[in-house]
Amino acid sequence: MHIHVNGESYETKAVCIADLLRERHADSARVAVVLNDSVLPSATRANTRLTEGDRVELLTFAGGG
Amino acid sequence: MTEQTSPLMIGGHSFTSRLLLGTGKFADADTMVRAVQASGAQIVTVALRRFDRDRPHDNLLEPLLAMKHITLMPNTSGACTAAEAVRAAHIARELCGSSFIKVEIHPNPHHLMPDPIETFEAARILVRDGFIVMPYMPADPVLAKRLEEIGCASVMPLGSAIGSGQGLATADLLRLIIRDARIPVIVDAGLRSPSHAAAAMEMGCSAVLVNTAIAVAGDPPAMAEAFAQAIQAGYKACHAGIMATGEASATSPLTAFLEPTKQNP
Repeated sequence: MHIHVNGESYETKAVCIADLLRERHADSARVAVVLNDSVLPSATRANTRLTEGDRVELLTFAGGG
Repeated sequence: MTEQTSPLMIGGHSFTSRLLLGTGKFADADTMVRAVQASGAQIVTVALRRFDRDRPHDNLLEPLLAMKHITLMPNTSGACTAAEAVRAAHIARELCGSSFIKVEIHPNPHHLMPDPIETFEAARILVRDGFIVMPYMPADPVLAKRLEEIGCASVMPLGSAIGSGQGLATADLLRLIIRDARIPVIVDAGLRSPSHAAAAMEMGCSAVLVNTAIAVAGDPPAMAEAFAQAIQAGYKACHAGIMATGEASATSPLTAFLEPTKQNP
């Protein structure tokens, strides 16, 4: 399936958001997910299925003032 | 409790430290952690960025969460509009559970001046959404009052441009903001040295937010401690009653006992 992750084109075998995080080696507790411009609550990651063309943003904290 | 020891109250939460510390520009996470510890800061800012699996060491959250007394205040840096800032705030709350949010909207990378209109709109929405809203803002007393009226927990006017180290270039406007504010006024941005922070506190600021001046110092933990001491000194001085300026006025008796005495003939 073809989706977009952090603004880049991405081919994935993931079925749901939780799969995608594993595929991207993202620590689930340290990454926030925005799916098609909506913030996705972490509790719903396993039952949120990906669909063709989805835009996914994976965000984390960095240093900042 | 005396004025000198009263806690800093923000959004119903109480803090003893009046130094808020940013975590940007540190050489590495270990230096940042040591600076946070040395500063005694209880509120620490972080920013959002896209996850990059090749830079896992960038993750500051682990060491910060290990410090139990720290309250994280994510910022919305990167947002150019109110809508983007609101989304960033919700992402940040999802990540760390903290309702503290520093609204930071500066669309122009050249001068990094906050957009007052988008900042006001974002603050209005985030107050409604239950956040403890702390807007980074231009040093404008009218805007500060408006942000207070819509329920912001503090206002954070700039001393000078972010990262510029030009100190309290907005001093006259900061005094006007402080005079009328009923919420904490926290000078955010532009401070270069502890004397700037002391001056802000003497003026009547409730706290100071520092990042670059500590992060790029030769010895960040030592500089963090120096800022903390300056802030305490300035705060104490403000409440001790600072003398007025005026004409020269001798502090010692001016009796002319050294003059040669006139001899009677």
